[in-house]
Amino acid sequence: MLGFIARRLVIAIPTIVLISIFVFALQKLLPGDPVLAMAGEERDPAVLELLREKYRLNDPIPHQYLAWIGGVLQGDLGFSLRTQQPVLDLVAEKLPVTIQLAVMAMIIAVLIGIPAGILSAVRKGSWIDWLANLFALSGLSVPNFWLGIMLILLVSVKLGWLPASGYRPLSEDPLLSLQTMIMPAFVLGTALAATLMRHTRSAMLGVLRADYIRTARAKGLRGRTVILKHALRNALVPIVTISALLFGELLAGAVLTEQIFTIPGFGKMIVDAVFNRDYAVVQGVVLCTAVAFIGMNLLADVAYRWLNPRMRDQG
Amino acid sequence: MTDATLAAPAAPRSPSRAWAKLRANPVALLGAALVLFFVAVAALAPVLPVPDPTATDWGAVRKAPSAAHLFGTDEIGRDVLSRMIWGAQASLLAGVVSVGIAVAIGVPLGIAAGYWGGWTDAAISRVTEALLAVPFLILAIALAAFLGPSLTNAMIAIGLSAMPIFIRLARGQTMSVMTEDYVEGARAIGLGHGAIIGRYVLPNIFPPILVQATLTIATAIIAEASLSFLGLGQQPPSPSWGSMLNVAKNFLEQAPWMALWPGIAIFLVVLGFNLLGDGLRDALDPREL
Repeated sequence: MLGFIARRLVIAIPTIVLISIFVFALQKLLPGDPVLAMAGEERDPAVLELLREKYRLNDPIPHQYLAWIGGVLQGDLGFSLRTQQPVLDLVAEKLPVTIQLAVMAMIIAVLIGIPAGILSAVRKGSWIDWLANLFALSGLSVPNFWLGIMLILLVSVKLGWLPASGYRPLSEDPLLSLQTMIMPAFVLGTALAATLMRHTRSAMLGVLRADYIRTARAKGLRGRTVILKHALRNALVPIVTISALLFGELLAGAVLTEQIFTIPGFGKMIVDAVFNRDYAVVQGVVLCTAVAFIGMNLLADVAYRWLNPRMRDQG
Repeated sequence: MTDATLAAPAAPRSPSRAWAKLRANPVALLGAALVLFFVAVAALAPVLPVPDPTATDWGAVRKAPSAAHLFGTDEIGRDVLSRMIWGAQASLLAGVVSVGIAVAIGVPLGIAAGYWGGWTDAAISRVTEALLAVPFLILAIALAAFLGPSLTNAMIAIGLSAMPIFIRLARGQTMSVMTEDYVEGARAIGLGHGAIIGRYVLPNIFPPILVQATLTIATAIIAEASLSFLGLGQQPPSPSWGSMLNVAKNFLEQAPWMALWPGIAIFLVVLGFNLLGDGLRDALDPREL
């Protein structure tokens, strides 16, 4: 297994290098002189030249890239133009908020998506299957920012049950933290639940056709035992790996969800950075997201091999 | 993004059989009807008897739905129904154009990677993997931010973000077709690369590309609405469903109808493309029972 992880890490290196080139090139796409954006109101040619020297903008582009990537490898993602804080500190500050949202959303997605997928597969062709499929397609088609707005209108404005926005860290006030996060987590979780339901249904249908399930039934085992102990156990292998891969969708969904519910997380940071023309932050966020996504992919592969005994033995 | 990757070990179903299967699928027909409805609304926008979508009326600010304004009015007295109808143009245009960009760049690159293999494949595949590592919407937001906020730039950003899916799909499909006997035969009789790709590869990889394109239009419409909602897509005063929702969220208590209609429209058109895409996949995939 360790050899497998090492091989996958080596394969990931060129991908990460390419992402870094892409992220670096984003800045070069910027129309106009980046120094003017940095300088704000300042138009003194001497100051502008000083900034060009400071940020090595007079160097050839490959040199600029090497200097930038050298800094990144030492944890230097640059500074926010707006707050002057190191980008890495900003990411470290906002990430726990988004992780809390993502974990809560994933719990909701698993609680809805997996039972719905199992029921749908076991009752294939019935009204339950039809209803679960309708739910899944609706979940995939509804824009989550609109679902968020509608929930705020119903649950916060009309019924007054939950706060419409705001955030309180879990460590400060756990109850209020859960109250403020439950609605955004539900919005984010329903879209994932739809994807998870479809994959669970498909995996369960595949497993339910297998010979060992027929044998288990022929032995006279109860239906529930066959489904939960034999079928679900095997169907879970692809479901667990897909859950890890849904991480990217979670991060993307968090961008809009955090915006609607005014949650000061990773997603809101990228949108604020875009509007403040804080390009170092945008670059930092894209790079961190991509590296995290590659990490989750690796985790998914490892989980797949670990859960699947036939692949585990291949080393 | 829904992935319609089909391994295509068998020849695709013939167009007439696929069409018959599609017509016999009521859910796919419902999807097609929804799509056609919105296409008709968008196309007929200039001739429909609705007010100018940008005309303001300060005497009719945030009016609830009534006979005069069937969907109500917005925060500066514009007719919401009219803005919905004209907004359909932006949404559908964004969906089709961005997927057109993704297909136009992604499919040739995917075919090149699958057909020539070796270093061409390695180079294209590594770049594709790198692009796939950035979540679709985050990549689109980053690109739209650097290109500048406009509907055109949003379409380019969405198209480039969706492109890797088509590269990967076209590559896989081409590699699968390349192992078929008829391609071997075509090579043996000395057909050139262009002829093999044009006569054998393209027709065989077309069905899964069509399915993926239909499903990606759904994703692209949501992405355009998301970018416009964030202020990175269609710019005011031109209407788009996403930007209408962006404004509507500030008037939820006073004018909830402003948020209701654009969301329902996005949901229905995206549902239509998803149903149609699923139906096409069932009709075109020879392995589907």
